[in-house]
Amino acid sequence: MLTVPVEIQILFAGILFLLGLIGLLVRRNMIFMLMSIEVMFNSAGLVFIIAGNHWKQPDGQVMFIFILAVTAVEVAIGLALLLQVYHHYKTLDADSINKLKDYH
Amino acid sequence: MNVFFYIAAAVALISTIMAISGRNAIHSLLFLILSLLAVSVVFYLLDAPFIAALEVIIYAGAIMVLFIFVTMMLNVGIERTTERKWLNPRMWIIPSILAAILLVDFILALKNVPSSLSINQVILPKQVGISLFSTYLLAVEIAAILLMAGVIGAYHLGSQKKKVTHRYLEKK
Repeated sequence: MLTVPVEIQILFAGILFLLGLIGLLVRRNMIFMLMSIEVMFNSAGLVFIIAGNHWKQPDGQVMFIFILAVTAVEVAIGLALLLQVYHHYKTLDADSINKLKDYH
Repeated sequence: MNVFFYIAAAVALISTIMAISGRNAIHSLLFLILSLLAVSVVFYLLDAPFIAALEVIIYAGAIMVLFIFVTMMLNVGIERTTERKWLNPRMWIIPSILAAILLVDFILALKNVPSSLSINQVILPKQVGISLFSTYLLAVEIAAILLMAGVIGAYHLGSQKKKVTHRYLEKK
């Protein structure tokens, strides 16, 4: 039986979310930006699990399964977009992908 | 049990920091897998063994392998872009300060959490399944529609189309 206070548990999830946010703000490589979004999704799911454990209800785990489905779709679409971007621009730098007309 | 929680949390935080600050994409992805496995240990300690298994199978097993395949397919490795000058330590200061402000805000908001129910019970996967397919049945169907849209969208975006450009728009 875990007796860590729930504040500490939620604090852990919050720090994980903020690490993902910092990564998203700082990195310019699109693979790293997608990875940071993954970290943020994961920590949001962690908060759901902590709350479900706190109230002893199964709803938190149900919500985590939904987050899992959303994450899978997001990663599939994001990586497909990333492949297209690399195909067109030959780079993954988010700063250089700022032209509406497609250059070659 | 508490020691295991703190160890897993420390491993998760350190490996996440390594993942978001690394240069090499493959190394960062492997650190991210380590972070997800540590979070899975936390799930197990939080009496959610089913979710811990899902985390390992789907997150670390499927999603991250997809990432690694795409990274290897693009063959980027160490990117030679303008990010190099973004990655000096001064660029981390302002986002870190903003995130620290959010963290302090969050800690202050955590002051009055209502106390837990003291019943000592594990939520079994059976309860999760019953709740999933009775209370949240509509949400399950919406998730199915979302997955369908994701499959079609990924197929459409992933197909390499022949580029069609009007001849006036082509560069001389």
